[in-house]
Amino acid sequence: MPTLKFIEASGQTHVVEAVVGQSVMEAATGHLVPGIVGECGGCCACATCHVYVEEPWCGQLDPPDEMERGMLDGTPGVTARSRLSCQIKVSAALDGLVLRIPAAS
Amino acid sequence: MTQAKGTVLIIGGGQAGAETAVELRKLGHDGRILIVGEEPFLPYKRPPLSKAYLAGDCTETQLYMMQAANLEKAGIEYHGGVPVTRIDRAAHTVERADGTQLRYDKLVLATGGRARPLPVPGADKPNVFLLRTIADVQKIRAHCQPGKRVAIVGGGFIGLEAAAVLVKKGLAVTVLEGLPRVLARVTCPQVSAFFERVHRQAGVDLRTGVQVAGFDGDAEVKRVCLSDGSTIETDFVVVGIGLIPNTELAASAGLAVDNGIVVDEYTRTADPDIYAAGDCTHHPSRFLGRYVRLESVQNAMEQGRAAARNIMGRQEPYQMVPWFWSDQYDLKLQMVGISSGYDQLVLRGDPATQRHFAVFYLKNGRIIAADTVSRPQEFMLAKKLVAENATVDPARLADETLPLKTLVG
Repeated sequence: MPTLKFIEASGQTHVVEAVVGQSVMEAATGHLVPGIVGECGGCCACATCHVYVEEPWCGQLDPPDEMERGMLDGTPGVTARSRLSCQIKVSAALDGLVLRIPAAS
Repeated sequence: MTQAKGTVLIIGGGQAGAETAVELRKLGHDGRILIVGEEPFLPYKRPPLSKAYLAGDCTETQLYMMQAANLEKAGIEYHGGVPVTRIDRAAHTVERADGTQLRYDKLVLATGGRARPLPVPGADKPNVFLLRTIADVQKIRAHCQPGKRVAIVGGGFIGLEAAAVLVKKGLAVTVLEGLPRVLARVTCPQVSAFFERVHRQAGVDLRTGVQVAGFDGDAEVKRVCLSDGSTIETDFVVVGIGLIPNTELAASAGLAVDNGIVVDEYTRTADPDIYAAGDCTHHPSRFLGRYVRLESVQNAMEQGRAAARNIMGRQEPYQMVPWFWSDQYDLKLQMVGISSGYDQLVLRGDPATQRHFAVFYLKNGRIIAADTVSRPQEFMLAKKLVAENATVDPARLADETLPLKTLVG
């Protein structure tokens, strides 16, 4: 099982075991990681699962599609590392992935 | 912060109930958390039922909000399949249909709602389906072979989402809406006309202003009878005509019910140990300046979290700007605010010719609501404008050469 590490703005970290095929958002909400809500259930409609993806993974992920880019465009606190975690599918290659959670998410 | 000691019992295994439980744990509640659900399934996401799950693109397990092992790890007990029949407020107990009793210190009513049945002759036949639960969709899916004919009663979100999925699966789809246009309760005529055009172009036989008088057939429904005397041959029927809030338990426990279970802005009923959240509540909305009952997953989840915070003694009022979304075909409709009562409409883009646009609803010059179709960035910005009830020059708002971003303060 790939291991994902979430870091809250406060520095508090959460290491969770994710299931291949689920989304990073689902892995977070399934393990009670604070700050990742996933209100729309993962269909890229709410931006309540915004995360910053640490390198080296950020450059390795499939780029966001048009819908995700649009949602991010209107989301506060967005940087070049911003993604909606419901749109990142967990794979074995993402073992060790580190994600930072925005302060006001 | 005062900690809620003891057992929190949540009636209702939907998203409001599960979100309350999860938030309680995140906030550090260390007592027992128990969810009692009517359905046998673990708490699950309902929005995909009329979309990905109906299409067969996701499994039952993928609908679960948390898998069984994670629920167990979080110390959230789920007791499904047996409904609660009675609340004894004096004894702080609830009784279930099998006679078992459960004690609570704090009780959360997250009883949701049930699909409204169609009150016409023949609606009880075995090939007439509602669409609210996993069990409903499993029955519908068993009938979904290409070439089959389905009559969908109701041109709201559920009916139209189902139509989009089923026509894509190769079924012959007829949608029957009683009002003169689809989505009439939630959007303006221009957006209704847009979705009518989209569905017709996809091959849906969409009829508005038609009344279903009854269903004809012996063992099963074979045709839909309309009030004008005409009939429509069909293999099965899906009914999506709204929701009835489940308020009976609350009412019989002597709690106030008015359109829904009445709660204050802290999600409390008049009983200091009983809270309520989700589709079943009639609650004060600061944004709207009135009481409202919302049928939406966003409200279910946010109000559930608010209930958890208040159970933990945080005294935080529940405030949200209502928003909704619907996926149909390749289109994403996102709506924020409540548009009823608008006196001016501003379009960005042309719903009559394009497949992406935004509509702003103004009242006394202020933005009270917006609908966007496949314009996610404008939706996110509209959320801000609506939350602030912003005043924006309508001519500038309509001017697509000005990025919406430049109009948001």
